[in-house]
Amino acid sequence: MRITVRLFATFRKGRFDAQIREVPPGTTVARVVEEVNLPGKEIGIVLVNSRHAGLSKVLADGDTLAIFPLVGGG
Amino acid sequence: MEDLRTFLAACARGDLLPWAGQAAAAERFHRTVGSVEEEALELGLMPARYQRNRRTISTAEQLKLFRSRVVIVGAGGLGGYVVEELARLGVGTLVVADPDTFEEHNLNRQLLASSTNLGAPKAEAAAERVGTINPAVRVVPLRSSFARENGAALLSGADAAVDALDTVTARVELARACREAGVPMVHGAIAGWYGQMATQMPGEDITPFIYPPGREAKGVETKLGNPAFTPAVVASLQVAEVCKILLGQGRCLQRRMLFLNLLEMEFEEVPIASGAAPGDPG
Repeated sequence: MRITVRLFATFRKGRFDAQIREVPPGTTVARVVEEVNLPGKEIGIVLVNSRHAGLSKVLADGDTLAIFPLVGGG
Repeated sequence: MEDLRTFLAACARGDLLPWAGQAAAAERFHRTVGSVEEEALELGLMPARYQRNRRTISTAEQLKLFRSRVVIVGAGGLGGYVVEELARLGVGTLVVADPDTFEEHNLNRQLLASSTNLGAPKAEAAAERVGTINPAVRVVPLRSSFARENGAALLSGADAAVDALDTVTARVELARACREAGVPMVHGAIAGWYGQMATQMPGEDITPFIYPPGREAKGVETKLGNPAFTPAVVASLQVAEVCKILLGQGRCLQRRMLFLNLLEMEFEEVPIASGAAPGDPG
């Protein structure tokens, strides 16, 4: 199945802004995070089709996954 | 004794009250410049310092701002600009809480930091700065960190609170205290070229969305630091939100969060659902 992965801010460096990826059915958000080699401790907001999701969320064909880094400075 | 109102009317130029008149009235009638400001605004006189606000903020609205109390939690990068702008806007009472003192590495971005006040408490510096730009504004400096125990006392009587903190943990606590106190809160956070902001109105809970449970206490700012302009941008957005909250105008950034990318000049709106919060921790 095909999903679109959108990365934000620092996560784009050395990776991509948006990418269509072919993944096997049953793929979770956590699996994609691992595949694109995102540092787990830096992950903030995760959206699947503009809805907030956890890392264990199972993706479906056509989903758009958006991942933002955690921002907390003041 | 001459009546204060007569004196103010005599000092006025049209419906503007020049600062010299406001200061003279305070001295003559043994009042604070703040109480003279309130009296003038009640009379329909706009202190002349606010004259360029006029197409945006009416005299009646200026009085509303003067009678407002805003709590700014954190007087660092974001907080310094927030204090500055709220003081220039003419918000009457600013409670500024920060336990820290200025260090050299604050100088690249913190408005209240200067080469002459290194080592000085940030909350006190806020009071000092406001005293020089708008003495009608009362600053309550608190050299304390925000914690669950002092949250209710800190927020007492507040019309709005500004989250200018620097850890996820403290931000979550502040949002909780604001919910419990029914105080609107404007969240802002920064890291390098990036920032985010959102407004939590009474009855709402934005934290599970902006900081899902299980996340780290600090974000990518630990790696990126913060340059001069990011706090200024995010703080200004926060102040615009506070101004609208105090005046009951416009539309706030509710049920959505703005994620700013100043490196690529992209502004992404992240929806904050009113329904169920996201599930498992990261």
